[in-house]
Formats: sequence, C-alpha cells, structure tokens
Amino acid sequence: MTRLTPNTPLNVNGVVRDIAAPTGRRLSDVLRDELGLTGTKIGCDAGDCGACTVLLDGEPVCACLTTVAQARGADITTVEGLPKAGYAVLQASFLRFGAAQCGICTPGMLMAAAALIRKVPHPTTQQVEDALGGVLCRCTGYAKIVEAVKRANDPQPKPLKAEIGQAVGARLERLDGQPKVDGTEIFGADATPTGALLVRAVRSPHFHAGFSFGDLAVWQAAHPGVVSVLTAADIPGVNCFGTIPSFADQPALAETHARLRGEAVALVVGDPDAVHALDLAGFPITWLVLPHVLTTAEALAKAAPQIHAARPGNILTSGHVQCGDTQAALAAAALTAEVTIETAYVEHAYIEPEAGIAWMDGDTLVVQACTQAPVMDQEETAKVLGLPKHRVRIIPSATGGGFGSKLDVSLQPLIGLAAMVTGRPCRMVYSRAESMTSTTKRHPSYAVARAGCDADGQITALMYRGDFNTGAYASWGPTVAGRVPVHASGPYKTPNYDASARAVHTNGPTSGAFRGFGVPQAALAQETVYEDLALAGGWDPLAFRIRNAFRDGDRATFGQVLHSTGIGECLEALQAPWAAAKARAAEWNATNHHIKRGVGVASCWYGCGNTGLPNPSTIRAGIRQDGTIVLHQGATDIGQGSNTVISQIFADAAGLPVDQITLIGPDTALTPDCGKTSASRQTFVTGRAAQKAGEALRAKLSNSGEGAAWRGRVADMPLDALGYVVSVEETYDPPTVPLDENGQGQPYAVYGYGAHMAEVQVDLRFGTVKVLELVAAHDLGRTINPMLAEGQVEGGVAQGLGMALMEEYIPGRTENLHDYLIPTFGDMPKIRSIFIEKPEPEGPFGARGLGEHVLIPTAPAILNAIRNASGARVTRLPALPYRVLAAIREAGSD
Amino acid sequence: MTYHRPLQLNQALELAAMGARVLAGGTDILPALQGRDLTGTVLDLTAVTGLRGITESAKRYRIGATTRWSDVIAADLPAAFDALKQAAHEVGSVQIQNSGTVAGNIVNASPAADGVPALLVLDADVELSGANSKRLIPLAEFITGVRRTALLPGEIVTALEISKSATSGVSAFQKLGARKYLVISIAMVAVRLVLHNGRIEQAAVAVGACSPVARRLTGFEAALRGLNVAQPSAWRAALQADITARLDPIDDIRANVGYRINAVAELIDQAIAAAAQEGE
Repeated sequence: MTRLTPNTPLNVNGVVRDIAAPTGRRLSDVLRDELGLTGTKIGCDAGDCGACTVLLDGEPVCACLTTVAQARGADITTVEGLPKAGYAVLQASFLRFGAAQCGICTPGMLMAAAALIRKVPHPTTQQVEDALGGVLCRCTGYAKIVEAVKRANDPQPKPLKAEIGQAVGARLERLDGQPKVDGTEIFGADATPTGALLVRAVRSPHFHAGFSFGDLAVWQAAHPGVVSVLTAADIPGVNCFGTIPSFADQPALAETHARLRGEAVALVVGDPDAVHALDLAGFPITWLVLPHVLTTAEALAKAAPQIHAARPGNILTSGHVQCGDTQAALAAAALTAEVTIETAYVEHAYIEPEAGIAWMDGDTLVVQACTQAPVMDQEETAKVLGLPKHRVRIIPSATGGGFGSKLDVSLQPLIGLAAMVTGRPCRMVYSRAESMTSTTKRHPSYAVARAGCDADGQITALMYRGDFNTGAYASWGPTVAGRVPVHASGPYKTPNYDASARAVHTNGPTSGAFRGFGVPQAALAQETVYEDLALAGGWDPLAFRIRNAFRDGDRATFGQVLHSTGIGECLEALQAPWAAAKARAAEWNATNHHIKRGVGVASCWYGCGNTGLPNPSTIRAGIRQDGTIVLHQGATDIGQGSNTVISQIFADAAGLPVDQITLIGPDTALTPDCGKTSASRQTFVTGRAAQKAGEALRAKLSNSGEGAAWRGRVADMPLDALGYVVSVEETYDPPTVPLDENGQGQPYAVYGYGAHMAEVQVDLRFGTVKVLELVAAHDLGRTINPMLAEGQVEGGVAQGLGMALMEEYIPGRTENLHDYLIPTFGDMPKIRSIFIEKPEPEGPFGARGLGEHVLIPTAPAILNAIRNASGARVTRLPALPYRVLAAIREAGSD
Repeated sequence: MTYHRPLQLNQALELAAMGARVLAGGTDILPALQGRDLTGTVLDLTAVTGLRGITESAKRYRIGATTRWSDVIAADLPAAFDALKQAAHEVGSVQIQNSGTVAGNIVNASPAADGVPALLVLDADVELSGANSKRLIPLAEFITGVRRTALLPGEIVTALEISKSATSGVSAFQKLGARKYLVISIAMVAVRLVLHNGRIEQAAVAVGACSPVARRLTGFEAALRGLNVAQPSAWRAALQADITARLDPIDDIRANVGYRINAVAELIDQAIAAAAQEGE
C-alpha cells in the first residue's frame, strides 16, 4: 500500500525538508506552520484569492488547494526562493513601480508573475492579466502590478534618490517596501513563536438568538489539548466596546444573546493542532432563535424587534444640516429632479483576514495584530480586560489592507483575554468566513434626493434623506450619520439645503467605517439628480457641474467659508478628456448597435480628519550619538504609504536626507499617538506634526540643510531623557468648530476635492458594463509622492468600480470571495490620474488628504456613463447585468 | 485522517470499495472545509498511473480522470474541442486550471460547472470503474441533479470518452459573469456545428447554469439543420421554444429567471457566430 507516513520530504526552494505533518494537510499550512515560510499568505483557503500561490515544477498552484502528498517530488518555489530562482528583477520591479501597497497579495502576485516571465520575458498587458488574474488585490487597482510585470526584464535604472530638501514631490519607492516583496513582512498571522496557544471563537450561526451553555468543563475535559474555554463571564473589565465611547455597545463576547450572525460567544484556547482540528459544531451551547430584521425598512416597522433597549425604533442616531428655505426654493425652481437610490452592504475584502498574537510581558499585555488604530485598540482592550491603559501595549503588525474595518477592535480583546488567563502567548487567525461575517461593512443606504435649479442651470436647492443600515452595533454609525449631511451637497454651491441621515440598527453585520464614511453613498444620490437636471435642461453634464462648483470664498451649507477649493480646477482638467471621450463614443456608436459607449462625470469633496472633534497627531524625532536620525512614526501604514510620506515631509522640514531616516513604530510603547489611519487624515494631520517636528529639529541642530556638518557636533553631546542627543516632539490638531443643532460650524480644517470621468461600454443585449477608461482629477494641494498618490487613486477607483458594478454582501449568503465579487485584473479600466496642486495653507507643504476622496466619484461617474451609453438610469446598486438590462428596457419603454 | 495516494488503479479501486473519499485536484473538496483539515479516509487519485492525459485511439478520445484543465488547454485537439478549451480557460484561474480536473468538474455536479456544456456537445461518455466493474454511461445520464451523480458506492470516474463521431465540425463556448476572472457563471453555452457552405448540417447546443443539470437543446438542434448559419432570425422562434421547454433557471444573487432566459438566447447566437467564424 502506498499510504504515506510522516516525514514526507519536500523540496522547497532547492532544499529538501522533512515534514512531520500528515500528508493530507494543505501545503500552505505546512509551509507556514512547519517550515516557517510565512511569505506564502492565506487569504481564503478556497482558491478564490490566489495569495497562497506557489510554483510546483514552475507552474502556479494555490498552496491551500494542494496537499503535502501532491507536492512531494515536485520542485516547490515560494516567495522566499525567488532570488535564488532568478527572479530578483521581478521583486525590484514591484518596488520601482509601486506594485506593492499593503503587501499581502504581493507574494501571490510575484509567484504568478514568475511563472509567466519564465515563459514570456516581455509579456503584453493581456498576457499579464491572464496569468495573474487568479490573484486578487484590494489596494492597488492592479495597474502598477501590470506595469511591474511587463517591465521586469527591462534594463534596470537605479532607484530614484531625493537630494536633501527635495523629498517632497519625489517619486520615491516606498521606504518599507523590501519586506513586502521578499516575504519577510510580518502580518497578523505571521508571528508564530513556539509554545503559542491557538484561540478559536464559537460564533452565532443565527442573526438574532439567545443562548445558554451546557457543561463547559465536561466538554473541555473530553477534548484533550484544550487549555481553556472562555465566555463573557471570564471578562475582567467592562464587556462593552465601541469606537465612539458615548455609543459603546458591543460585547467582546456576547453575554446572553447574539445580535448578529457571526458574533463571538465563547473562546476555545489550547494546543494549536488540537484546537485547529476541533469541530466546534459539537460545542455545548443551546440557541433560542429570535425574530430578526435585516433591512432598515424592516427595522423601522412598528412591530420590529428592538435590537438595543435604549434605542427606541432601532434608531442609533441621526445627523442634520440645513440652510436657507429648501421647500420654497424647490417649489420655485425652474427644474427639479428626484431619485430614490439603494446601495448594498459592501465588504472591505482585504486579503488579510484578522489575525494576531498576544502575550504577557511582565504585567503588561502585549498585542501584536493587524490594525489601523493602535491607541484605540489599546484603550478598548484595556477597558474590556480591566487593565490600566499603560499595561496594554499594542504593536501593530503589518496590516494586509484595512479600508476602515480594522479601525474597530476585532480579536484584540479576545487574544488578550486568552493570554491573561493562560499566561501563554495566544494566537488567533480568522477564517475568511469569520472575517466576512463578524467584522464591519459599508452601510447599505436607502436615500431620497430632490434637487432644483434655475433656468440658467444654477443649483438652488437640495433635499436629502438617507437611512443607513448600521447593523447590530454602533461602531462608526454615528460618524456616517454625521458626515453624510455635511457632504451630501457635493462640492457645489447649494444656497438652500436640507439634509439628514439616520443610522438604523438591524441584525445585519455591523456597518462601520469604509473609505468615505457614507459619503460615497450620498454622492450617488446627489450626482444622479444633478445628471437628471443637466439632461432635462439640455446642459452638458460637465459644464453644468463646473458652473455649480465651489469657488474660493463660497459658503458651504454648514456655514464655513471655503478657501483653496480645487474642485473647479479638477472639473476643468477633465474638459479635454471629456471632449475626446465624447467624440470617441459618438464615432463608435454610429456603427455599433449592440454595444454602446458613453461618458459620465461626478465630483467629490471630503473633509480630512474627525468631524468637528479634536484629532491630534504627535511626532517625535531624535538624533543618536552616532548621528542616526530616528523618526518615531506612529501613523499606521496599512499600505497607503504613511511610512514613506511622513518621512518625506519630515526630511524636507528638517533638511535631512530621507533615505537615512530610521523609522520606529508604530508601537504604543515607542511612538506618541498619531491617531487612527482613517478620514484621510495621516498625510494632513500627522504630516503637519512631522513638518513641525522637522522644523524644530532643524532649529535645534542649527542645520542649514546643506551637508552633514551637524553630525560632527552631535558625537560628544549628552543624551536626553529619551536617549537622544537632540530630540523633538511636536503635535498638530486641526482647528475645527463643532456643528450646532442646524449643522452649522466648521467641521473640518481642510477639504480635498476631485472629479472622475468614466468612459464605459454597455452591451445592450446583456446589460454588461465594461469601464474602458477613467480619468481622475484630484486636488492634492501638494503631491508628496506621485507614485503613492497614483496608487491611492487606482486602488480607490477599483473599489468604486466594485461598488458600482458587482459588490453586494448578502448576510448568510456571500460569506466567501467567490460569491462576493471584487474586481479582478480584467475588470479595470485604463486609469489616468491628474493631480491639481492648489496649496492648502493648513496642510504640510500645502498638502491635503486623498485616501477616501478617490473612491467617492467613481461609482456615480460610472452610473452616469452607463446612462449616457444606454439610457439606463440605475437606482439600485450594484449595477449587476440584470439590473442594468432592466433599466435599459425601462428607459426604452418611456 | 488517513490519506492514501496509490500508484495503481486496482489499489485505488480497492480503497474506493472500502468507502474512501475521492480527491483529485482538491479544488472543490478543500474549499468546502473553510480552512479545516481533511478528515476520514481520503483517496487521492493524482498519482495513479495512466489516469492523467488525453489519448486518441482509432475511434475515440479518452480524457483520463486526473487530466487537469491546463492539460486540456495544452493538448492538440480538433476544432470540435475548441469549446472545451475555451471553457478550460474560464475555469477559475491559471492556478485552478493547474490543479482542477475535468473529471472532478463533472463529479462535483454543480449546475454552474464550466466544463459540462462543452462536454455535452461532444456527446461525452463517463467511464465508471469499481473493484469488479466497469461501465460507460452518457454524461447527460451521469449528472442526475444538483450535486448528484450516478456514481454507485465504490465506483470512481476513471475517464471521459468521446467518440470521434462527435468530434467533427467547429465549436465555441460563451460564459457570462459579473467579472472577468474567477467568476461563477450567470449562464453559459457551448455549441458544436458541422457546416457546409454556410449551412448547418449538424448542431449540438448545451446550456449551463440555467437548470439543475446542464442541458442540450435537442429540439433547437434539430431546427438548426439546413439553416444558414449567418441568419439568426431564422432560428429565433425555435430557440425560444426550446429554452422554454428545456431550461428551468432560478432567481439567485447573480441574476433572475427572465434575465437568464434572455441571456441564453443571446449567448447561443454569439456562440454560433463564433463557431462559424472558426469554420471559415
């Protein structure tokens, strides 16, 4: 018989290794857990994401779908073996072209690309897309990956170096890029010290259910290897967290009943192999299924079950902004238009499911996990576990995409609890399904917008009402309800305005932060009624928007007088591409009858930072006796590039060379608080703190920025309390004024602006949409790093395109990455970024935020283009083929 | 878990007779585990000698049970197999094509299996082997329902066989999904046509993802005979009638019934046009 026994040898990267694991284990698990080759990432365990791609005899396979037995006898190549196999050029190319953002998909991309360029050294775009199409990326929008693979075997220029004082504006490779391309980056799941225990959660299979436990001690005794079973009763602190303290409502482990499917109710902790093998279906728990609601309409019905006793009518909170007399202005308008528009739950779908490890360091609990907000993790973990804040240390691991969801704690209090109780390091790695069911989503929205304009096409009024499905717990629901009315006018003069948004609880997944905090949903409604008005009035849609765009000195609906408003410039930058695209579409449409082309435009604006609330960042920097320049950089880099951008700003402010900066952090023990990576605030707020710190350091060094004379001076200087010969610490907090009861105030110090033009083709037979080209004009104030900025645009466009055309999370139905679709290589248009630089006086070197702006105009621009091509006015997203076809028919029957 | 990876077919059949769970490319069984390990007794067929590859004899083509989709793409086959090759390119991704097998696709019996329509228009037969038995049944009889097949306990699929009588003509495959790569079909069709001077002499048309089991549109096939391949209007009525008679699509997250019925007709027209273009 040929049954294989343990000690199966594997030939990995040219080295034969004995394996103890059973031969039926997944190759991905064995590479990572047994051989320590954690460069191979696990994103789904289902072949849906391709992150675990390795080469077997030169051919790419998903290691998660390959058993150890099947890999035996083959030459296995992983990302760690790429240099030896001759693919260092590919890794260098990924860095040069900015093809790695968070880096979690990068190993899979590199492996698929290696297999391609072995056969085709200089591939075409189509060849790259076909070869890499099985690997998903959520950050980059794929364009830079295509470029990096196509040009991997081109002659290698030297990486760009910035002279002193010229880092800002330079197209530098990311400073933290090397570990992302060589497989050494440590993401949440990659720290696996020997002796660590594994934690798994028992989760509710029901949307709403009460529960009671059986005899947990008996169950534990019957399962060797289980060290501890933990429930809410074991939580020593306050079992209630929430990103906004006054709305905190979420238990780390549910106490008596679960309010959403996937909610954790118990933890099983123990020997990794034993816990991994457990079938938790046998866990002793009895469920009492309760009635549930999943939509805002159901939740607002009179007889709806109350999800939180203290929130009558299931309304979490609402936001409101008004000015002028909207009713009267609408009644007097020459033209009016109205839309009711519905958007879906959207899943963040980062390729890294939540993961981390916690251990005790003396009496300090240390948590190393993926996150966007280390200090918030510290505060919430301390609260839940009953520890003073200083006894919790958060060391963010590399984060494989966040997009808002990793602002909330997920497993931090759970692994913290397990480590405290057992005294041993405890790891937890969410499965894809756990990640999708239990973490936050973009709010589904149901909105009505009505707009009016005068006979010249000047907007006179906008009314907006939005209900946002905030799911089971508060999370960032209040922020969405607050941001939406502030932004729902779009970057357009609106003299009469009445906008409100409600966050409504359901038993759906908790809706939280997702790139734009509700503004993308609001923009869809507003840009659709603007399109209605432009078409009804016979005005060119772009000209109509230019006419109404904010100009410097205009007053926003919330009373703030705006300065350095770049929206007019962004829209004007689209005029030439618009004319050309219109001409191309007309030419195409003259001879094509089944497939029609169209062009659409939409705008965005977005306030950078917290809404009317403080959100300071503090940057520390110092010089060691040996002259090393140290930057304590606490802004979590989840791929967007703050490690690089903050360094560029600091370097130029200090007059120091950017390539000689040693970065420390983020780490709550080592870096001052730079706040959360959200709200497009890091380049602006932390950047401004870095600029101040750099300037202070320059002053202390009396450094003219011309050479390294200061180095000689520091060698003999005494050390300060922080261990530096010279150190500085500077804080910046943007000046804002909270909104009053009519929504009047100065909610943000800085706004960013942008406009997208989409050129699409619609197949009238199938309702399928292909976005051909997208031109994105954004006012960055000052572009700190053009390559990273383009990466933000391309990635944001990809997410906006997904939201427009395919992404719809259905609770209980799409809890994987083959039923929940995000864009692949083949779905992306050609993207052209245009950067306007209208200096923002409040920003570092004039810069403003960008990260969220880039997503907002994409979906409405695509919808407007679909309408231009086919007549279809789509009002339910995503615009799946069947919905587009129905809308085409509806338009045709008018 | 007990994991067997025999080298000889008779060993595999003995294990199958004892009830071992059969695994080949692993692209269906492992995803269903959501990260957990395989359990029970597993029979991995991928090392069995002689099961991998496409061979040609005087009367038949034989696709061995562990033949990967990438093997299909790489094989030198007549134009009647173009639909199958095009379907192979649509199976998941390159990674999935390098692991997933043709036989596994039919054994998994998903209504949206990418390979089934193209195999149906080739009149493929399925070879089922047991420890003491071997039988050949038409693919259309092998898949009996959603995730159900005619496999008896102890049997494994050892090959697909395609008679050369069904490998004349040209063929094409069309798949409709909401994104480009790694996508489950909304609907898909395969057609195989024998053409003579622009007239259809023989036609085979199959539709997937629009009924519990992918189906041939035999009434429509008969109606196509003798028609000019460039005149879709001539077959519209027959096509609509057969779609209504033989397909039973459902509403799901990807599309609704009405959309699928409409899309199938359009896809068939496109596939006929694509096949005809090959035939020129």
